[in-house]
Amino acid sequence: MSTTTTTTTATTIANPKPDQPDNAPEHCPGTESTDAGKASACEGCPNQTTCQTAPKGPDPDLPIIKARMANIKHKIMILSGKGGVGKSTFTSQLSWAMSGDESKEVGIMDVDICGPSIPTVMGLVGETVHHSASGWSPVYVQDNLGVMSIGFLLPDERNAVIWRGPKKNGLIKQFLKDVDWGENMDYLLVDTPPGTSDEHLSCVNYLKESGIDGAVLITTPQEVALQDVRKEIDFCRKTNIPILGIVENMSGFVCPSCKGESEIFAASTGGAQALADELGLDLLGKVPLDPRIGQSADYGLNFLDEYPDSPATTAYLDIIDSG
Amino acid sequence: MESDSPVYKRLHNVKSIILVLSGKGGVGKSSVATQLALSATTSTNSKVGLLDVDLTGPSIPRMLGLDGQSVHMGLHGQGWVPVRADKEGKLSVMSIAFLLKSKNDAVVWRGPKKTAMIRQFLADVKWDCDTLIIDTPPGTSDEHIALTEHLAPLADRIHAVIVTTPQAVALSDVQKEISFARTVGIPILGLIENMSGYACPHCADCTNVFSTGGGESLAKRENILFLGKVPIDPLLVKLLDDIKILQQKKEQLLEQGERGEQNDQKQDVQEDSETTSTTLIQRYQSIPTYKVFESIARRILDAVQQQ
Repeated sequence: MSTTTTTTTATTIANPKPDQPDNAPEHCPGTESTDAGKASACEGCPNQTTCQTAPKGPDPDLPIIKARMANIKHKIMILSGKGGVGKSTFTSQLSWAMSGDESKEVGIMDVDICGPSIPTVMGLVGETVHHSASGWSPVYVQDNLGVMSIGFLLPDERNAVIWRGPKKNGLIKQFLKDVDWGENMDYLLVDTPPGTSDEHLSCVNYLKESGIDGAVLITTPQEVALQDVRKEIDFCRKTNIPILGIVENMSGFVCPSCKGESEIFAASTGGAQALADELGLDLLGKVPLDPRIGQSADYGLNFLDEYPDSPATTAYLDIIDSG
Repeated sequence: MESDSPVYKRLHNVKSIILVLSGKGGVGKSSVATQLALSATTSTNSKVGLLDVDLTGPSIPRMLGLDGQSVHMGLHGQGWVPVRADKEGKLSVMSIAFLLKSKNDAVVWRGPKKTAMIRQFLADVKWDCDTLIIDTPPGTSDEHIALTEHLAPLADRIHAVIVTTPQAVALSDVQKEISFARTVGIPILGLIENMSGYACPHCADCTNVFSTGGGESLAKRENILFLGKVPIDPLLVKLLDDIKILQQKKEQLLEQGERGEQNDQKQDVQEDSETTSTTLIQRYQSIPTYKVFESIARRILDAVQQQ
């Protein structure tokens, strides 16, 4: 509707444009316009330099990301508002179970920039990424299971990544744009940090065009965790990501010495089941707390293969089958 | 020049600031911060402030039974008045949860907005306390950078307590947090190993659910004071999770009249004498981990006072 690209008519436009700030001077060409910061109306506007230097128009990288993602059949995000509930552990178990079928290609992308756990739980500490003409090559655990994480890019595992949002967004974009996931990938699992902030927004924005199949939400049974998961659900609804279901992790504990069951993290408000019922979501399953899961994660082992008899293994497989 | 900063003006009377840090989420930062605050109010006579800067996942209000409370504007434009957690006003709390309409609302904010909010929490809240305990989100990003920047004029009284769980996955993230604290020059008071072992209620056999000893060896390797191991205590989980429910049950019971239900819940509820928070402290003192944590808290507070 606006004709901001033709400067001759710019002065005759009366209606404010959608990208015009409230406090803009009269005849502001709009912040998205190619004239932003350059039109005569911009003289004296306090935002002039910002408008002049800011990139114009839609992000030129979006089509590249779309092309890169076109070969990936399903993209699933693993989310949780709360930290330490087992997102990375679940992601790794899911990937192992999926890649058990040799005809399927599976990838994991770890976008937790400040605290990447995927290299540890997949047993890939110390690996590095290789560059080739077609982009960055992920680290392969087995023929059909590739992994990408910032953990592979750091010179020293002990160093902190003290980055603000924009820098994290840049890296996520690069992960999406430059990683060569191969010709035909069936599943890409995106493991996220806790919260609802830069990393999550960036993933959603950059993947919007190529589509996200859905999100799996991980929680633990206590209300303190559920509170944060409610926020994550709100986030999914605001950004239109379909929720595949909720997984309740660390649900109950079976004592290895007496086989007695007890609740470490008691579900004071009914746990994930109540939350799922309340919000009309599927509860994909409950995984009991098994100390061997934690150990397997520390050593980067496939828990499902190591301990096929554990009740947690059965729970995982049930969830994966239903998902 | 430094004294011109609004944060300095607001906080220059605060004697010490303790940051509770951990690279990893879900290791118990908020519960440690809560326990530390409760211990500080009972063991010393000082006033304690508790600031929750986890903007996308605030847990402190729930743990203190303050869900649904809201913040008031002070008189004469003196800023926000923090929520009081007890009657005497010894413990005041500030969290983004007090500013939200619904507890289900997500705070979907990018960095700059989070930074601005943290500045407001420090500069615009009427903090009246001797010790300010700050609970942080996991990671080493916007929130942490904002805190260190705004607190820079008060650098002489800032200390950090690191919380970890024993397993390797957590330790690698915590290692990063230690390197963060060192990079920005915040002295580390010590390290707490949380969720170290769990005693089965049936056979009292102790299981190391998330292994054990990892925090201790990390502390040794990094030359940090090891403050102690805290076992998993389902009673503490329940206490911090349930306080609000007990409150609701109490209200329900009051509505139903004093007579009726002979169940044990009622006894629980009757113990809630005057305000929930004084009983929160009393209840807290009755659980097994209290003794373990009390000695850790004392070490932290002593160390802070000496400096």
